[in-house]
Amino acid sequence: MSRPSVPALVAAAVVAVVVAVLPFALSGYHQGLAALVGIYFIAIIGLNILTGYSGQISIGHGAFMAVGGYTTAIMSRDHHTNLVLTMLMAFAICFALGFVLGLPALRFSGVYLALVTFAFAVSVPQIVLKFSTFLGGSGGVQTTQTVSHVWLFAVTWAAAAILFVLAWLILRGRTGRAFRAIRDSEVAATSSGVELPIYKTLAFGISAAYAGVAGSLYVLATNGFAQPNEFGVILSLQLLVGAAVAGLGSLWGVIVGAVFIGLLPTVSSDVPVIGSEHGQDVVFGLIVIIVILLIPTGFAGLLARLTRARAGA
Amino acid sequence: MATVQTRDQPGPGRDLLAVLAPLLRPVSLLLIAAAVFLIVGSLTSEIFAQQTVAGLAQGAVFGSLALALVLIYRATEVINFAQGEMAMATTYVAYQLIQWGLGYWEAFFATLAFAFVFGTLVQLLLIRPVQHRSTIAVVIVTVGLFVLIDGVVGWIWGADIKFMPSPFGQQVYHLGGVAISRQDIGTFLVTILSVIALWLLFQFTKLGLGMRAAALRPASARLVGVRVDRMLALGWGLAAVLGAVAGLMTEPSQFVLQPTLMQPVLIYAFAAAVLGGLESPAGAMVGGLALGVFLNLVGQYVHFVTAELRLPFAFFVLLVVLLIKPSGLFGRPRVRKV
Repeated sequence: MSRPSVPALVAAAVVAVVVAVLPFALSGYHQGLAALVGIYFIAIIGLNILTGYSGQISIGHGAFMAVGGYTTAIMSRDHHTNLVLTMLMAFAICFALGFVLGLPALRFSGVYLALVTFAFAVSVPQIVLKFSTFLGGSGGVQTTQTVSHVWLFAVTWAAAAILFVLAWLILRGRTGRAFRAIRDSEVAATSSGVELPIYKTLAFGISAAYAGVAGSLYVLATNGFAQPNEFGVILSLQLLVGAAVAGLGSLWGVIVGAVFIGLLPTVSSDVPVIGSEHGQDVVFGLIVIIVILLIPTGFAGLLARLTRARAGA
Repeated sequence: MATVQTRDQPGPGRDLLAVLAPLLRPVSLLLIAAAVFLIVGSLTSEIFAQQTVAGLAQGAVFGSLALALVLIYRATEVINFAQGEMAMATTYVAYQLIQWGLGYWEAFFATLAFAFVFGTLVQLLLIRPVQHRSTIAVVIVTVGLFVLIDGVVGWIWGADIKFMPSPFGQQVYHLGGVAISRQDIGTFLVTILSVIALWLLFQFTKLGLGMRAAALRPASARLVGVRVDRMLALGWGLAAVLGAVAGLMTEPSQFVLQPTLMQPVLIYAFAAAVLGGLESPAGAMVGGLALGVFLNLVGQYVHFVTAELRLPFAFFVLLVVLLIKPSGLFGRPRVRKV
């Protein structure tokens, strides 16, 4: 973890080149799709920092995306703020919110945390409906600025690259070590001098901030509309599915999880039987169960195992 | 010697104290106070009484789904996030059976049988392989199941609204000035009866004893010949049956059947289970009833809490209980071992 290996650097370079070339090769529609993958990529990195690295499960990251998305939509509606600025704001607000929610999360772990975050995810869309004058109700809030596919693609992947490197820097050092220590054994971590409250809430904050930026971009990707039903429970569940498919505790695998949940709906819509909306849910559910049952370490683990097998042979 | 003798002598006052002792615990006092409050309120205001009765009916449903969660939590320390969706799916099965011409109650019991098999299979095929791995793995599997069931139900029946006859009719009884719907009474009775049936099974049959042993002391139970794995699978089956009862009783109160039927109920059940202490079956039931009544009364008298805020309010209850008393009303404080 201390220094990136040569294959990892090569992979990063390849991804970077592909991303840089893609806009010239793709139609507007496909640029939008690629941007969507980038959005999920950011959100899943965030979730992975929390669940994969610090061992705290969240079934509520869709709600943090909602907060980020509404931040952007409302700032744009009321103040015509520069959209990139609103993303920074979404990052900050969600960091603070995640930090605060992480405080009660200190007291409970495991299933309790899953319960609380799940209930949080269910509550947020309802709160939007309650305060409909400010938050737009079921009709949602629309940004005053709209963006082109190319803009969205470029900004998303630039943000993704920055946040990826940031995550890598955080996780490779002292903080990342503390996270992993907490994940593996809280008792052992405490007795080796890791301050649990600081690091657990920090993980929550960082993770929520990532989701916030993703939510901000998500709103821009849906024509600038922030709507409560876009941020339903299913979004939170999908993020968890993506993280599980990618492999908890691996940053490199995240791209696979993002491609999986970003592209499956589109790819499968041409397939006759599973093409319907419900068919996709069936595939989503089946794949995540199969992945957890058969390859518990996800794609990243599978890849690691394959590489090791080849090195051994 | 003299002191020993006095201690052994059973005095009438001492007897009374021994009988009253369980009633004097803070939890019992709280519950008694709550009951008195509800009775006094119901006697003074008809609207209050009406909301309380409706709340009890809804609360019984929350309680039975909460009980399903607790049964599984006690046995395996995991929460089945798909519990609500399983209940929803079994309600669709009942709908289908009625469409095929079965009477309501025939369909009801056939559905419970289906739910039992379904729950058992879920445990055997999906949960058992990951059971010993980690909480996160089990939670993710149940989340996958959540999405899967949603998809399958949508696939088979479509997402549009279905209508199902209410088993109780629309009749309303008037008791004094208080209108009580037959619907509420029926819901309450069916739910409570199924919970009592389950309690009898656990308390007075050998199978129930085996299941309790498997849940509480799996290693020792195995040593004395209890088939622990089989008991866990049966536990999931019974939980699914309770969920099915909850689903079938939720449907008539919503008037319509749709795939999102049980999602709010699941959240209320979470809150109810945590309020009761997550490990206590009685607590789940009491928690459910309390939450049902509480939500209705708050909705009636606190104007800020409109229909949209019911779910966030349940979340709030969940959070407050966990912050103030994580072991809930009836749970024991957890001891963490290294």
